[in-house]
Amino acid sequence: MTAQTERELETETETMTVREAVRQALREELERDEDVYLMGEDIGLFGGVLEVTGDLYEEFGEERVRDTPISEAGFMGAATGAAATGTRPVVELMFSDFAGVSMEQIMNQMAKMRYMFGGKAEMPVTVRTTEGGGMGAASQHSGTIHTWIAHFPGLKAVAPGTAASAKGLTKAAIRSDDPVFVFENKMIYEQQGAVPVDEDFTVPIGEAAIEREGEDATVVATQRLVGESVQTAESLADDVDVEVIDARSLYPLDTETIVESVRKTGRLIVADESPLSYGTHAEIIARVQEEAFFSLDAPIQRVGTPDTHMPFSPPLEQEVLPDGDDVREAVERVT
Amino acid sequence: MGEIDLQSRDGRAEALRRMLTIRAFDSEAGDRFADGEIPGFVHLYIGEEAVGVGTCAALESDDYIASTHRGHGHCIAKGLDPKYMMAELYGKAEGYCNGKGGSMHIADVDAGMLGANGIVGAGPPLATGAALSIDYQDRDQVAVGFLGDGAVAQGQVHEAINLAATWDLPAIFVVENNQYGEGTPVEKQHNVDNLSDTAQAHDIPGLTVDGMDVTAVAEAVGEARARARAGDGPTLVEAETYRYRGHYEGDEEPYRDEAEIERWKDRDPIESFRDRLIDRGELTAEEFDEMEAEIEAEIQAAVEYAQEADEPTPDEAYDDMFAETPPEIERFATVARTDGGER
Repeated sequence: MTAQTERELETETETMTVREAVRQALREELERDEDVYLMGEDIGLFGGVLEVTGDLYEEFGEERVRDTPISEAGFMGAATGAAATGTRPVVELMFSDFAGVSMEQIMNQMAKMRYMFGGKAEMPVTVRTTEGGGMGAASQHSGTIHTWIAHFPGLKAVAPGTAASAKGLTKAAIRSDDPVFVFENKMIYEQQGAVPVDEDFTVPIGEAAIEREGEDATVVATQRLVGESVQTAESLADDVDVEVIDARSLYPLDTETIVESVRKTGRLIVADESPLSYGTHAEIIARVQEEAFFSLDAPIQRVGTPDTHMPFSPPLEQEVLPDGDDVREAVERVT
Repeated sequence: MGEIDLQSRDGRAEALRRMLTIRAFDSEAGDRFADGEIPGFVHLYIGEEAVGVGTCAALESDDYIASTHRGHGHCIAKGLDPKYMMAELYGKAEGYCNGKGGSMHIADVDAGMLGANGIVGAGPPLATGAALSIDYQDRDQVAVGFLGDGAVAQGQVHEAINLAATWDLPAIFVVENNQYGEGTPVEKQHNVDNLSDTAQAHDIPGLTVDGMDVTAVAEAVGEARARARAGDGPTLVEAETYRYRGHYEGDEEPYRDEAEIERWKDRDPIESFRDRLIDRGELTAEEFDEMEAEIEAEIQAAVEYAQEADEPTPDEAYDDMFAETPPEIERFATVARTDGGER
């Protein structure tokens, strides 16, 4: 268990869903800092299409919980300009697939302004967005695109797998002076967990968490696959002792925690819902082979979406969606 | 009244001085680029000086502007120092962006200049964002998004205007219609007669002014500023102007002929304004020549400063990515450094 996780558990906690944890983070940061405001499609009156912002509009009013036009390029660019000029916008991008509409502002303005201007531009902007298949939302509302953002220089990317990290990472993102994307897997909004109630609780960006300790194999998982990997590990406990790490932060990535675990177990499985080619799995694996090549006892396994889009029909969606069973098979292949 | 009061004699002299400074700066930048001293590429503002100076004259010094590819003129109009501008064009450490931006990304956020921009139409959303910060914090400022005629065809421009109009943000959109979007004439890119007609779609005032007349531009932007500050939202000002040089330096300009360029030069924004001031008895030809010589000397000093300024050291390439630098950058930089990782 990392020191950070210990610190988190020492604090008083409350059981809540991931959705409630994100909302609590938003509420606390709106209360803490007047320069913080939320903007996005249907986040106010409507409460968010996945009901994350909920009643924040009633609580904070339309100036601080701003309904935008359906205009991702416009409001992503506006958030960028606002962040450069003294306020701290928190954008909700309804589905991460819509990043395509706003990618120009993300990649050419938000990510580059500080660097292009010799460090003389601030960019304290947070973008929350939803990812993942599993609800029959089909290809344009189910994507997992976090690899694009984690890959692109100048942006930070986090992807919580538990209610506690959802709250702590959201708060850390809003407090950060850098552009941070928070990728919320929509299938875990109802997942419950113990969440620290301390208003100063944050999860530092760039720190992974060991969710289950083990000696025989390491599973580095993200988002929905964290919980499913822990369940898989429990079900395998009689035969093999699996360690499960929630990567939590994709960029920066906590290489140290992952490498230390692999040095101990000698086996690595990377489980992330993004498509397999050229992706998040590959980056984690590259870091491990650079630092722990001689500790490896078996080929590294990866669990992800097999390079397809998310199909609509439930049997097709279940076919391509990685889950705990895929993690189990991967563990069994190497132990 | 804005930063430069064109109702006053001193203000008019200052406007003339800034237009002359832009022309001298960009003429020199073109020459130094041709000599190979300035790397990359440059887009010159010569011919369009009245638009930038007229706009910034009507602004207060802490107002924001978001610029275009053709940003040198906006910088000088906003009061940036040609010395550090030239150093930036030369890629020197003492440039406004420490050599990381160059001509196309020159910026000074502290001075309200949110950057030249390499993406056509990217400035207006940034200006809308600056106007959002202003509005949110009840500050007595406005934000101007400059755009070229070509950018009027970009979707993000209309999204920015719609957002600013819907939220009544203190923004002004200044279209510099220099008759060509890169190498294609404006009438081949747009269906409207006047680009300002597009304002109707957003139910905001849109007007077309003579962009070769610094006072006409200042008057229009001044009214737009007053409107923005009154809480009545954005205005779109189209300034009809012309660039004398190619889209970029080295452009062979197959799309136009010399006669057309000469026709526009007959309405030169600097000469016409100079003549007006001489006619009014505010300026003599000798005083103008003196002013021109002073500015020429200032630009030569800027070039010398840029030539002699320090190059950035290679390891500065790894700075300024983030407020809080992730370990990845240091780690990869250590491997990548040509000096074997020694700082």
